[in-house]
Amino acid sequence: MDRYARNMTALSGEENELLRGACACVVGCGGLGGYAVETLGRLGVGTITAIDGDVFDETNLNRQLYSDTQALGESKAAAAKSRMALVNPGIRVNAVEAFINEHNAGDLLRGHGVIVDAVDSIAAKMLIQDAAQKLKIPFVHGAAAGWYGQVTTVFPGDRTLDKVYRRRDADGAEKALGTLSFTPALVAAAQAAEAVKVLTGRGALLRGWMLFFDLLEQEYEIVEL
Amino acid sequence: MKIRARLFATLREGRGREVETDLPEGSTVMDLIGALRIPEKDVAILLVNGRDGRLSGVLGEADTVSIFPPVGGG
Repeated sequence: MDRYARNMTALSGEENELLRGACACVVGCGGLGGYAVETLGRLGVGTITAIDGDVFDETNLNRQLYSDTQALGESKAAAAKSRMALVNPGIRVNAVEAFINEHNAGDLLRGHGVIVDAVDSIAAKMLIQDAAQKLKIPFVHGAAAGWYGQVTTVFPGDRTLDKVYRRRDADGAEKALGTLSFTPALVAAAQAAEAVKVLTGRGALLRGWMLFFDLLEQEYEIVEL
Repeated sequence: MKIRARLFATLREGRGREVETDLPEGSTVMDLIGALRIPEKDVAILLVNGRDGRLSGVLGEADTVSIFPPVGGG
């Protein structure tokens, strides 16, 4: 039985091969990142760089996929790598135990076909936009807070996040609301779908559009930016 | 002039989903958020009549302003 049998025919044989040869970078292995690595890895993206300088603590257990009672104090990036070694040993996951910053961003992000923004601050998201722009790599922005989430795909030159965050050092609503377990799962699922479309060239991207969802009211808005 | 504000997520608390506000001619989006008692820091995505807007933008009669709070978690 082929492990990718159920990728067909929603993805063609050729598209599956494209994914196998692709490199995706997931920046952040917590709420969004855990689900992003899991979904991209299961689908068969051949190389995934999983970046996170943090370790798990108890407050992560309500939502971070790779956190569990045995993993407290362990590296989030290393956990993503270990998990994928069990789930899909046919792909390669490079774990980078570091926080992205303006000095290392270029080296960390270089060489990937798509970047997934799974970081947990507006400042870090803007940093990814800057670095991705310089490297000419598209990135899939995602963010979560409480019941709310948003996703957009940003290509070099778009600078979409400039229209979203008015201050680079702003606090998001998650500071007051926390984040519920289902919210990053949905954001990351949408991000993974966007990333696959970037890598395969198929489908309509959320480029220039923000998907904003409210799970409390079950409202889904796609607004033009 | 009558301005319709569409509010999302946390901005609905104490305000509702849609609020119609009467503002003087020449009022800006900044004046609108002031009238709605929305702090500037709580404004992220901002659309005027469905297009990306600015806080300094001048509003016209029957304009619709959509305001989303900043969401930045991961």
